[in-house]
Amino acid sequence: MWELIKANQRRSVMLFVVMGIILIGLGFVFGMVFDHKHTGGGAITGIIIALLVWFILSLVAVTSGSAIMLSASNAKEVTQDVHPQLFNVVDEMRIAAGMSKMPKVYIINTDAPNAFATGMSPDNAAVAVTAGLLARLNRDELQGVMAHEMSHVINRDVKFMTIAGVMLGSIVIISEIFLRSMIFGGGSGGSRSKDGGGQAQAIIMVIALVFAILAPILAQLLYFSISRKREYLADASAVRLTRYPEGLASALEKISNSNIDMPMANKVTAPMYICNPMKKKGMKMSDLSSTHPPISERIRILRAMAGGAGLANYQSAYSQVKGNASKIIPGGELKKAEDIGIRMGIAFEVKDNKTTARSSNDIMMKVDNYAFINCDCGMKLKVPANYSSNEIMCPRCGTRHEV
Amino acid sequence: MSTLGIALLVILGVIVLLIFMVIGIYNSLITLRNQVKNAWAQIDVQLKRRHDLIPNLIETVKGYMGHERQTFEAITQARSNAMNATTVAEKGQAEGVLSGMMGRLQVAVEAYPELKANQNFLALQEELTSTENKISYSRQSYNDQVLFYNNKKQVFPSNIIAGMFNFADEVFFEIQDQAEKEVPKVSFS
Repeated sequence: MWELIKANQRRSVMLFVVMGIILIGLGFVFGMVFDHKHTGGGAITGIIIALLVWFILSLVAVTSGSAIMLSASNAKEVTQDVHPQLFNVVDEMRIAAGMSKMPKVYIINTDAPNAFATGMSPDNAAVAVTAGLLARLNRDELQGVMAHEMSHVINRDVKFMTIAGVMLGSIVIISEIFLRSMIFGGGSGGSRSKDGGGQAQAIIMVIALVFAILAPILAQLLYFSISRKREYLADASAVRLTRYPEGLASALEKISNSNIDMPMANKVTAPMYICNPMKKKGMKMSDLSSTHPPISERIRILRAMAGGAGLANYQSAYSQVKGNASKIIPGGELKKAEDIGIRMGIAFEVKDNKTTARSSNDIMMKVDNYAFINCDCGMKLKVPANYSSNEIMCPRCGTRHEV
Repeated sequence: MSTLGIALLVILGVIVLLIFMVIGIYNSLITLRNQVKNAWAQIDVQLKRRHDLIPNLIETVKGYMGHERQTFEAITQARSNAMNATTVAEKGQAEGVLSGMMGRLQVAVEAYPELKANQNFLALQEELTSTENKISYSRQSYNDQVLFYNNKKQVFPSNIIAGMFNFADEVFFEIQDQAEKEVPKVSFS
């Protein structure tokens, strides 16, 4: 595991360097455009402004990124009694991964099945799942999803995505500011450059415009390609933790079968979820600009895993399904040829749509502090938290219950 | 400076470097050994949880499963054996027996539909399933740590330092009972 994290860090540094160069280049070129006297001071100012934007965004993301993500998705922190099984499963994965602290657990009140994890380090991690996910998945499937999410934290993917996301954000913001200033203030700059007699100025202007358009696209492609790789890696790590590829595979299948959109997800938070929460019709998930690999492919790789649950087994299943030799797992980790068996699955009852909908509703009510009272006649009373009287009557048999 | 002075400085430099290397390796061995101990403590916590849950479980199911008196007695016996085990190997043996019996009880429960409708029992069953999982995941994590530590101990140059300071090999926690690894058989006759 440690080698995996180290290899990840090496890869990340490469990406950060490239993105940093793009960022500084942007600052430089834009500064040049506004530097009418050609003193070179403009370029430096441009670089300083670019770095300043990046610094401020980083500060916000590192100190409160997790809190922003959780509140943007309407996640509520819950206690063990709301969903004991969820807590048990998270604890199991914590133990399997050798994490010292239990992550905080959040539930999002929506019927769309999805989940995400946040936290720059394993010590301040949090996992969030939707009520719809809890209602649809059985124990083994839930375990697979939680293992995937916690792998993101352990592999430091959350940290990486935050830092890379901030760099991407800075590049987008600076390009946007430049393009807008060209539209609104372009006239004055243009007229003055004529007096300065600069064909050079015009050339710089064209270069800057091309840069402003291309840089964000380039940065995004870079960001997305690494983001997809990390999804595969998190799948591989999850199977290594649970020793049960079918759990995650059938969970992904159930998640992809649902076509409910998450209203609380947006373009910024989408890469954090286990599956893309915004399923636009007609959009191909396999295109270059998607943050997640196509689900069907992830499922096929998981189901192709034979002979073991180790990282090397995932790699060979990946090569087999994709038909190419690109590496998901860093080399050092592959050489360690671990002999890890796949465990047995447990048989679960299949839930029909009605039961699923009902249990999804129940979970949402529990999150909202509803009291549940079982009447002797078999009726289940669900009392909202703001119910004022301290007694309630069963509508079927008329028994009075204390609230 | 004379050539002798330079030579002395070089030798001194090499010695300082060596000392730092030894300290570094020694510290990483200690860290790894502590991680092994930590992982073992995790297993212990989970085993104790199981020991605590068993009387509770038997109390709940006793009324429903009158015919399984022998199973209960065997489980109680296996539980006290497991609680008295001290060494890693002994524990592996005794807990293996207990695991096998718990598995058999889980299968036997299938024959009692009214038990499966009992809310109390369902909650207990979730706790039990989770505890069994936690035991096997903490065992998995412990064995991983032992592997890291033993590997580090055996490769050059840390094997020299390990030999100098008498670092002992750690033992893997294996489940001895083969029955536990097999699939429980359910018959519908």
